[in-house]
Amino acid sequence: MMARKVLALNGDEAAAYAVKQCKPDVIAAYPITPQTIIVERLSDFVADGELDAEFIAVESEHSAMSACIGASAMGARAYTATASQGLALMYEMLFVASSFRLPIVMSVANRALNSPLNIWNDMSDTMGARDCGWIQIYNENSQEVYDFTIQAFRIAEDHRVLLPVMVCHDGFVVSHSTEGVEVLSDGEVDSFLPPRDPVYPLDVEKPVTIGCVGVPEYYPEIKYQQEVATKKSIETIKEILREFNESFGRSYGIVEEYRTDGAEVALLTIGSISGTAKEAVDEMRAEGKPVGLLKLRLFRPFPIEALRKSLSGLKVVGVVDRHISFGSCMGGALNMEVRAALYEMKDRPHVMGFPTGLGGRDIRVEHFLKIIDELLMIAEQDALEEEYKVVGCRGPGCIGP
Amino acid sequence: MALKSLPLHEYLSSGHRLCAGCGEGVTIRQILKAFDEPPIICNATSCLEVSTTPFPYTAWRTPWIHPAFECTGAVVAGVEAAQKALIRKGRKKKWDVVLALAGDGGTHDIGLQALSGALERGHKFVYVCYTNDAYMNTGIQRSGATPKAAWTTTSPAGKVIPGKTEWQKDLMKIVVAHDIPYAATASPSYPMDLQRKMKKATQADGPAFILALAPCPRGWRTPPHLTIELGRLAVQTCMFPLYEVEKGQYRITMKPKRKLPVEYYLRPQGRFRHLFTPKTRHDIINDIQAYVDKKWQELQRMEQLTQP
Repeated sequence: MMARKVLALNGDEAAAYAVKQCKPDVIAAYPITPQTIIVERLSDFVADGELDAEFIAVESEHSAMSACIGASAMGARAYTATASQGLALMYEMLFVASSFRLPIVMSVANRALNSPLNIWNDMSDTMGARDCGWIQIYNENSQEVYDFTIQAFRIAEDHRVLLPVMVCHDGFVVSHSTEGVEVLSDGEVDSFLPPRDPVYPLDVEKPVTIGCVGVPEYYPEIKYQQEVATKKSIETIKEILREFNESFGRSYGIVEEYRTDGAEVALLTIGSISGTAKEAVDEMRAEGKPVGLLKLRLFRPFPIEALRKSLSGLKVVGVVDRHISFGSCMGGALNMEVRAALYEMKDRPHVMGFPTGLGGRDIRVEHFLKIIDELLMIAEQDALEEEYKVVGCRGPGCIGP
Repeated sequence: MALKSLPLHEYLSSGHRLCAGCGEGVTIRQILKAFDEPPIICNATSCLEVSTTPFPYTAWRTPWIHPAFECTGAVVAGVEAAQKALIRKGRKKKWDVVLALAGDGGTHDIGLQALSGALERGHKFVYVCYTNDAYMNTGIQRSGATPKAAWTTTSPAGKVIPGKTEWQKDLMKIVVAHDIPYAATASPSYPMDLQRKMKKATQADGPAFILALAPCPRGWRTPPHLTIELGRLAVQTCMFPLYEVEKGQYRITMKPKRKLPVEYYLRPQGRFRHLFTPKTRHDIINDIQAYVDKKWQELQRMEQLTQP
């Protein structure tokens, strides 16, 4: 195989480059840090004639999602990108997009939510949108952003799926960090992603009514179908992943295991923080400690089976959340989800949550070493004293910055 | 153009669940008569949306989409942009008119931002706001379009406060300020005037806007048979003048032969009953008359000012 081109791209640029190759018909987007580079690059591509698409520079994120809904309902391939407050403003329309079963793809450069105003990274935005019926993919670096943006269109538009997909990458840490990204040729992308084949587009020849009133006599069945479709999509996602891996020499899974052989305790991470966590695992392994790591790529649909398989046999799992679900029993949504998924397992591991890195707070290897120490202690005592502990924060009971 | 020459098609079928005497049903039926081929309709949440699409039924013989309340301006933008792209790329054959339908709540208030954005960006679409002067779908709450002194459930005619204390938002001025090719007011009580305006709107090279008054028997507290008559009185009292603004040029399309006092419009309506009983509130009625006179003069001046 001919060596592929490697481009120096940050996460935002990687997303924009992938989107360009996916040839959307309509892009409707509103600028927000740290997503801005995506819309700037896409505007460039359109202005330079490299991308034949309508770029609607909307007046808000609510309108961005609304315009994507209109465009997608017409049968067009529609794309948008946002972050933080923008995603929060879209919230209402996120449900509409998924309930209409529209294959919209949206990049999210994860950023904290106000207040106080904070433009830096955490996952309060997308974790808050986890119940909107969107598929959520979390990426660790620019390469993953590129690869999964392309796959997102294929997943969304697959007739067995027909759901919108959120492709997430951490603000600044990924969005603004330049890395080498091995890109596919336009032809390769074309062969992987055929033009969209819309199911029931708005068409004068064959009129359809989209967005009717659903009374209690019908609403539950409609929602049930949506739930079934979302749960079932995991098989299609796996299939598409396999095809992508085989076609382009990648080795992605919906869950990524790192040095889990012989591990007794493991970190469970999501997004870019996984890189730092892996360093800590390496250090611990060098000292002979039985530590591994599990990176979650897919949060919706939640990969229950894969997770159970990967976590079985472990004594303790430390779940690293990048947000706090205020007042919840487990600190963060990821921790809640993992614990719930493992509850019916025989010999399930102890699960402790570590919400961290809030509002862009730097989380370093030493923080993970402290987390791993806690996990090893729990393993030794075979008992969990706390459900979760906030890391990288000044406060009683926290692991300090 | 003659009434008898209007097309026989009914893109909004009978059997929908709008109230007897509903001004919206009549207005939309007339609006759709202006089309030779079905438009693609984007509807805001409203009585019209709720009453025409109770799953598994639909009254629409056109492609129709309703995502939410405040987003109609943005949805038509997406539909229009998609159409442009798909035609350019050879995946769609012909251009279909994109028609936005929204009430006054969805236009004057919650949908104003999306509408403004779409007008500013110059998408090619026709936006029809069928105003019945309040949030009728949720049970008659005041909106920016509610006229002064009108009773609604959130501007009640109380012992101290006599209905809505603010003037109606002059939406046309806001729309016209976007310098769009065509904007007009219309009324189902003047069907041929409405037809002419809709034709111009569908042929406009860019966004076109129609503000149509759709009397609401439930919310206005009027008998169903008065709907069309109230539309006439609104025009003849100059409470709702019929005019158009074509490329910045104002033209009053219906000048009342004899301008009637506003009382003719107010008195038959239960929502203004507190102005006439237990005692007549001349202060408020005179206030409304003075305001309407001022606005009417202003409109006539605009017509003169913008003559070519």
